[in-house]
Amino acid sequence: MNNTPVYLDHAATTDINRAALAVLSEQMTRTGNPSSLHGAGRQANRVVDDARGQIARAAGAHPSEVVFTSGGTESDNLALKGLYWNRRAANPQTRLILLSGMEHHAVLDTAEWLQAHEGAELCWMPVDADGVLDLHSAMALIDEHAERIALVTLMWANNEVGSVQPVPALAEYAAGYGIPLHTDAVQAFTSVPTDFATSQAATMAISAHKIGGPVGIGALLVRRDIVLTPVQHGGGHERKLRSGTLNAALAAGFGIAAQEASGHREAESSRLGALRDRAVAAIAELIPEAVLNGPADPGGTGKRLPGNLHYTFPGCEGDSLLFVLDMLGIHSSTGSACTAGVPQPSHVLLAMGRDARTARSVQRFTFGHSTSDADVDKLLEALPEAYARAKKAGMAADESSIRTAGTGFTR
Amino acid sequence: MKVLAAMSGGVDSAVAAARAVEAGHDVVGVHLALSRMPGTLRTGSRGCCTIEDSSDAWRACDKLGIPFYVWDFSDRFSEDVVEDFISEYEAGRTPNPCMRCNEKIKFAALLEKALALGFDAVCTGHYAKVIRDQDGNPELHRAADWAKDQSYVLGVLTHQQLEHCMFPLAETPSKAQVRAEAAERGLTVANKPDSHDICFIPDGDTRGWLAERIEMKPGVIVDQDGNELGEHPGAQAFTVGQRKGLRLGRPAADGKPRFVLEIRPKDNKVIVGPEALLAVDELRGIRVSWAGLPITEVAAGARFDCMVQVRAHGDPVAAVAHVERTEHGIPVLVTRLLEPMRGVAPGQTMVIYQGSRVLGQATIDSARSTAWDPAKVS
Repeated sequence: MNNTPVYLDHAATTDINRAALAVLSEQMTRTGNPSSLHGAGRQANRVVDDARGQIARAAGAHPSEVVFTSGGTESDNLALKGLYWNRRAANPQTRLILLSGMEHHAVLDTAEWLQAHEGAELCWMPVDADGVLDLHSAMALIDEHAERIALVTLMWANNEVGSVQPVPALAEYAAGYGIPLHTDAVQAFTSVPTDFATSQAATMAISAHKIGGPVGIGALLVRRDIVLTPVQHGGGHERKLRSGTLNAALAAGFGIAAQEASGHREAESSRLGALRDRAVAAIAELIPEAVLNGPADPGGTGKRLPGNLHYTFPGCEGDSLLFVLDMLGIHSSTGSACTAGVPQPSHVLLAMGRDARTARSVQRFTFGHSTSDADVDKLLEALPEAYARAKKAGMAADESSIRTAGTGFTR
Repeated sequence: MKVLAAMSGGVDSAVAAARAVEAGHDVVGVHLALSRMPGTLRTGSRGCCTIEDSSDAWRACDKLGIPFYVWDFSDRFSEDVVEDFISEYEAGRTPNPCMRCNEKIKFAALLEKALALGFDAVCTGHYAKVIRDQDGNPELHRAADWAKDQSYVLGVLTHQQLEHCMFPLAETPSKAQVRAEAAERGLTVANKPDSHDICFIPDGDTRGWLAERIEMKPGVIVDQDGNELGEHPGAQAFTVGQRKGLRLGRPAADGKPRFVLEIRPKDNKVIVGPEALLAVDELRGIRVSWAGLPITEVAAGARFDCMVQVRAHGDPVAAVAHVERTEHGIPVLVTRLLEPMRGVAPGQTMVIYQGSRVLGQATIDSARSTAWDPAKVS
């Protein structure tokens, strides 16, 4: 095995697209505030508008529906708070937020903040053991509470287990009651079809650095008939929804990345899906006790993100396996960690009905445009022994073979 | 060797890791998350497992060019150290949680995981020395700087644990030198204050912390002859040797101050008496362990000379020791002190030394004075 690290954490962030890097670097050298009325300002504004158009085309939206933000987290905050405040202002009785327990923390924590500080009530839509929304139960909840629902929020694809959610179906159903639906499409965008116009979603969050663009920019797609209460006030940029000077260089990089990734989506998805299917088949042989979490998707049924692998490895702590793989130069993920760096049991697995122990024994491998056949070979070569070693360390946590002063004595 | 450097985020462990790297070992830094509420911010020089400590450790590793991880031992820590601390106090004993952490967490749970993951040793910033005898067996010794020496809190380590310990600060002449070295190496923690007190009691108020966790029941305070002198709010609130806060209305007959001699949680009784009776000259210890191979006198049941130390920076006292066996064959370490000690509480650890070498330790079960018979108090 050579020493080049194998990066299998593309869901966290992925390599920047070359064309995106080129326009980003070029625009970085230019002066000009897109809001200025002189030539330099017009030049910067043209760059932003071109990018807006590219993103709109990639997402199936109208350019005026693209509201630039700093990334996925800000987009989710703007959508949830903006929709909630606006709906509550129109009718103080509409305070209910319908959401799934497997949403990203940017959605979960925002909803919980609204509950703690703004009088929102949260209503949890059930998910099944594969991490897919139970659509009929969700529809029944909408029927039951329609008059009090401020908004529904459902991610388009889950960032941990890769499950694709029935967003258009739920958005259409909610729209029947005039209820807006927000979708966090950060993982799904340019990976599975996410056409904003036909989805009937009110708002959709996307992020540049997950698709080959730069970190630090994202967008909230906001349907033209949707009114949001802004979170951030100032110069009235972006339809007065998100004040703050636009970063033309980041926007340009985002635009190109969106155009490239969406243009190659079908070919790239089938390539990654094939790599993933090969890994799934091989892991089933090599480590029969490993459990694939999320929907099975052989051949690419659209139920799962093509580049996502997520496993429970019984008897081993996720952080031990991450460590062993990292030492072998393979970069994987256990899910989320707190600010001090402590791995947390996956809330997604908990929402899928797994126990806390199982939720700590998981490992995610995500593929992206730089992932090659050779990378998958290296993973498959390293995984069985890495698992055996991590499992040994996992058991060590339960019964120690170290002889301590207290061994053999009881008080 | 593959070495796991336990990184607290302080200056000692950072310099220890740096020296291990420099010695040519393959080093990985690990910060232990021990608090149930990681992510709290540090206040003053107290507390551990804060965001700052974790990120200080991270930055130190980054500077050293070694990988860094945070491993969660909060459940084990809670069970083996915090719960144990509470139940020891409940039983009227005075435990040392840092020793328990070394015994059960750093050199057991962490070491076990490290060995399973392919490491050969755990490296820490303790001031102590492991040296090998002619057969290669590890011995634990005091650090070069006796003022900073931490061999006491490591006295609980066994032969097997010492086999896998690395203490690169062993020969350091002083803490000031470690800080200077840290600054020279560009480590940002060079001037970070030392941590004090018990890490899981961030405000340092041990009594207050215990009072929230132990049910306190009022009881009586009696003198050394069993005469009732007053009431107390809860026996666990007292510690052997305590003088202040007894709130006794009547002064002693001789007008001299009274001290807590003993706490009896079973009868909920606090026994007080004159300072002279605090002096003890015989300690009996259970949970005996040997730091490496026991010396030959131990197996033979013979008496041997040693020095006894009962707290982290306490002065050692000369003693004659021997090991007895209970009727169930459990060893009891008995030390007869050549000069008496004051304020020794059951639950404290006695570590015994010969010269700089740590022989072993035991948890004090009884501390007796030949001048006073506790059986007098019924």
